[in-house]
Amino acid sequence: MPYFIFAMSFLAIHNLTINHNAPFSLQLNAGESVSIGGSSGCGKSLLLRAIADLDPHDGTISLNGVQQQDMEPWQWRQKVGLLPAESSWWHNWVGDHFREKNQLRPEEMKKLDLSPAILDNRINHLSSGERQRLALLRLLQIRPQLLLLDEPTANLDATNGTRVEEMIHLYQQKTNCAILMVSHDPAQRQRVANRHYQFRNQSFLEISL
Amino acid sequence: MGVISLSPTDLTLAGFIVFLLGLLSLQQQLHFTKRLYLAAVRCTLQLLLMGVILQLLFNSSSFWAVALMAAVMLLTAGQAAGSRQTKPLNGWWPYIFSLAAMFISSFTVTFVALTVIIDITPWYSPQYAIPLLGMLLGNTMNGVALSMDRLTSNIWQQRQIIEQQLMLGRRWQEAMATPIKDAVRAGMTPILNSMATTGIVSLPGMMTGQILSGTAPIEAVKYQILIMFLIAGGTGFGVITVVRLASTRLFDERHRLRLDRLREK
Repeated sequence: MPYFIFAMSFLAIHNLTINHNAPFSLQLNAGESVSIGGSSGCGKSLLLRAIADLDPHDGTISLNGVQQQDMEPWQWRQKVGLLPAESSWWHNWVGDHFREKNQLRPEEMKKLDLSPAILDNRINHLSSGERQRLALLRLLQIRPQLLLLDEPTANLDATNGTRVEEMIHLYQQKTNCAILMVSHDPAQRQRVANRHYQFRNQSFLEISL
Repeated sequence: MGVISLSPTDLTLAGFIVFLLGLLSLQQQLHFTKRLYLAAVRCTLQLLLMGVILQLLFNSSSFWAVALMAAVMLLTAGQAAGSRQTKPLNGWWPYIFSLAAMFISSFTVTFVALTVIIDITPWYSPQYAIPLLGMLLGNTMNGVALSMDRLTSNIWQQRQIIEQQLMLGRRWQEAMATPIKDAVRAGMTPILNSMATTGIVSLPGMMTGQILSGTAPIEAVKYQILIMFLIAGGTGFGVITVVRLASTRLFDERHRLRLDRLREK
């Protein structure tokens, strides 16, 4: 029976070593949310990068029973969507960063307190809060099945932070995606996640907040 | 019209101009006298040596002698292009990629020019092969060095933008489209500029030399047009090749940006 549960895990990480820490293993079901905490520099962001296959790493990672290396890297990253702490933009205009601009629904944007007209704005006219909300919108547009969130509301005020959390919550309800979130805020970890890991003594340990 | 042969006295008089400039620098305390005199001596010795070697080559006309000369020129150009980098790839890669790009472009274009366009027998006649190859290598070397330098330093600065696109599920080729375009343009700019102004702002060195040595201007012009086209082609193919090779090296089979493959300074 335990083997059966293991095999059916949506995300299975086995013996992943980051920064010479103890090997990290984690099973995560669809619709489940896990938060990760720990002092800065302990490798939380590197952990998310390894899961998104952005850095060479050891250990095995599988999604729905398919190993990372058996899937084309760009397909893997479309299923495993990483939202970095600081988003990057490369075109002059906001709208050019979205695959199909007209598929963005105004009501979805309003939930993030973004007017559809913002798509016709210049990138350097955005506040850091607007950037982060747009980055989330851009990521959700590719419909990831696992969300990797690296301090998703670190640059936002309380109101905007709540809007981002709501948006994530709604997306999870709609798609039953799994979430792995790095956060320093205990209250946010309680709100978003139902399981928690903490970096202590060179390893990530499951804790209760 | 024959060539007026320059006597040692003529060259000494020209050297006197350099000598006077050095004196002026001393008197004004501009501190370049020593470097100027050294450069003048180096330039004289290198050119004399090249003259002797060319004369030997012309006399022997052996394929292997020409091939040896071409190999020395290629290796020197590869060394120069590979070392003119601010954020180079690690290991031997800058040299290998420059050499490969210049070999593919300069040698192919020179070979085509000798066999199809100029059509002389034997096709490796040193009087044509060596100056043509030299002109092509010199220009391709600049393009290759510029474009590879632009590519690696741009990627170093824009790593977050490139990784952001990978995170959104794009292939490295998509994420690199703009940096590749920029790098190719940087390598092509000098030859494009010189093609646009040649004949108005500057008389190219080769044409000037031919005219001075008594060739009818229109003949010199025809050769200059040929050279310009060959250089544009050679530089373009070389630049595109080196940018492609270097880009491939910067990503692995999992489409990860591998900045650890740039040299630590």
